[in-house]
Amino acid sequence: MRQVAVVSFAQSPSVRRETDLNEVEMLMPVVHEAVARSGLAMREIGFTVSGSSDYLAGGPFSFVSALDAVGAWPPIVESHVEMDGAFALYEAWVKLQTGEADSALVYAFGKSSLGDVAEVVTLQLDPYYVAPLWPDAVSLAALQARAFLEASGKSERDLAAVAVRSRRDARKNPMAQLAGEWSVEDVLKDPYLVAPLRRHDCPPISDGAAAIVLAADDVARRACRRPAWISGIDHRMEPHALGLRDLARSRSTAEAGERAGVGRAAVDVAELHAPFTHQELILRDALRLDDRVPVNPSGGALAANPLMVAGLIRIGEAARRVMEGDATRAVAHATSGPCLQQNLVCVLEGGR
Amino acid sequence: MANVVKSIETPLSLEYTHTAGRAPTRFLRGMAQGRILGQRCPECRKVYVPPRGSCPRCGVATDEEVEVTGKGTVTTFCIVRIPSDALSVDPPFTCAHVLLDGADIPFFALIQECPFDQVRMGMRVEAVWVPPAERKPSFESIRYFRPTGEPDVVVAREGRE
Repeated sequence: MRQVAVVSFAQSPSVRRETDLNEVEMLMPVVHEAVARSGLAMREIGFTVSGSSDYLAGGPFSFVSALDAVGAWPPIVESHVEMDGAFALYEAWVKLQTGEADSALVYAFGKSSLGDVAEVVTLQLDPYYVAPLWPDAVSLAALQARAFLEASGKSERDLAAVAVRSRRDARKNPMAQLAGEWSVEDVLKDPYLVAPLRRHDCPPISDGAAAIVLAADDVARRACRRPAWISGIDHRMEPHALGLRDLARSRSTAEAGERAGVGRAAVDVAELHAPFTHQELILRDALRLDDRVPVNPSGGALAANPLMVAGLIRIGEAARRVMEGDATRAVAHATSGPCLQQNLVCVLEGGR
Repeated sequence: MANVVKSIETPLSLEYTHTAGRAPTRFLRGMAQGRILGQRCPECRKVYVPPRGSCPRCGVATDEEVEVTGKGTVTTFCIVRIPSDALSVDPPFTCAHVLLDGADIPFFALIQECPFDQVRMGMRVEAVWVPPAERKPSFESIRYFRPTGEPDVVVAREGRE
């Protein structure tokens, strides 16, 4: 296996509605910043891959026009996933393992504000039996939250504590959208949105972009003083149909975590892609992170949730802590699909 | 097989509020004023009309605004003979790439006021605008292009990298 590392990360601030810049204009400075920080020239980068969704953009082939932010001349080797950028990063990691490229640019962009995002996300469901009923994302998350609360014995108070901690931690994250000091008592006074979920249990609607540069072996050592080496990465998925799996647990996360080697040594910090409060608790259990492991010090997706980007940001935030020397071993997780259907776990380590 | 369900109807629609972006907004506002605004790439110096805010070749932001005239040259064309309800003109008609004077990237345009079989590469054409009161921040502010009657220009051959 080649040693592959995150060598730079950049992101835009997450905002509720970006009405000035289009996707390319929003993405371009982020791509430039990530590439500049890597010290590599844009032309040196061997592979480019992105994550985005035409359903969010409201237009076909939006990822093709996004290439204007990169400059596809002379022609470049490029790919795209209609998923969160974290899964594009997985493809880039595989590409680097094949030896066909020594470095890769991974980026993601998403404007969740352009349409009714709860309805947009509905269209990822089974088109015959489920989508025609239009269950929105919050309602599906609420089904999962109820199953989790009943199975785990946790309470709505435990969910509120996740939200309060996220928003408090997000005060130190200039890119976060929802930050501040609330008490558990405060937020529990809110009415239910879809019981058992209240507004604070749900993510904000966000527009944003992020980019990561990966590099292999000596290219990584040249590009970064302290690369965040990917010591393990794995992606597992469960059946699409919600009735076929135990919503209160995430077996795919547990298996991805085992294969990525999460438990092989102490974890200094974890960034988990949990857009809903109960999902953080499900993921923490699945990855067997004990209570001492700080989770989502960035505020997580509860503080900034640009769809197609929030998972890649988790890897970027975890890697940043390793690159800056604040962590030796960090875990990042990204999810896709309804109610944690697919899960990717990535372990990042410094000092090799 | 009898009684097989061969199809189901699941109507769906989503509505979006598109964000044109900074550069396209300036271009579209220009359209409403009868002006054609492009942008120049700081690296390769190409002028993009309409601008998208970036140079897709160099991958850098374009921010220098360049106004071009409505006159240009046909660089290639095709004759459309397929009728469509979506089209405002009856076939056969000519669509062309028009390279506006001062721009480096041709764009797609309808050619009228000229028999379809007389359009040619190198032909000089000009924009015909809708009346000022009808102009909007839209490409439709230009109704079509028509020949200027100027002598043809020699269209540079491709392969100039």
